[in-house]
Amino acid sequence: MAARLVFLGRLEELAGCPFADVAFGAPLHWADVLAWLGDDQAPELPALVNSDKVRLALNGMMVTDKASLTVVDGDELAFLPPVSGG
Amino acid sequence: MATNWRSCPRFPVADLLDVRLCTAPFDPALELRNFTRALPQAGGIVSFLGQVRAGDGVEALDLRHYAPLTLPAMRTLAGQVRGRWALDGLLIIHRSGEMVPGDPIVLVAAAARHRRDAFAAADFAMDHLKSESWFWKREKVAGQWRWIEPRMQDFEDIARWR
Repeated sequence: MAARLVFLGRLEELAGCPFADVAFGAPLHWADVLAWLGDDQAPELPALVNSDKVRLALNGMMVTDKASLTVVDGDELAFLPPVSGG
Repeated sequence: MATNWRSCPRFPVADLLDVRLCTAPFDPALELRNFTRALPQAGGIVSFLGQVRAGDGVEALDLRHYAPLTLPAMRTLAGQVRGRWALDGLLIIHRSGEMVPGDPIVLVAAAARHRRDAFAAADFAMDHLKSESWFWKREKVAGQWRWIEPRMQDFEDIARWR
């Protein structure tokens, strides 16, 4: 199973890439996502994306409660820092 | 100006709403003329054009969007504007990608029977586009890109409508 993590705005710079594909054996929960980000992307990412400032979209739908997130095969999870205005 | 119209497809939400996300330059004068011609019944059309500001050493501006969210949210906003004022038409065109000073970024035009509705609708649409739409911006100064943080003024602007 695999899912795509998408990093928007300055998060792309921190992650070092616009997106990353993560492979897993069982559905990922929020703690798993944070652990993967810290281990594979950048040590400062977990605290940043866990803050209220960074919102999540799962398959184009806003996530209202990060703690209840479940990522399954084929999902796209986007990390959305505050928008900077058009 | 080189213009690639195919990269700027029309996604009308309804007959009177024309909402587009463009990844290539667009011609605001042409767009406004087409919009105006299509709405002879409108007594007033108010438009706002935002362009990349020259100065402060800015060499380029890069707007990033997230396809699953950005255009759908722009269309939702257009629907809200239409529900709030009596409009004959609403046009929203927003650029994404790299631009240089003088390039158009956003064009909003509201057409109504009377001018007050058109002014208010365009103002509301711009405040919400600036502070709530899914765009991330960085600018290049002296060859270095840096991300732009949200401005407090944008939050104050949008609070006027609550």
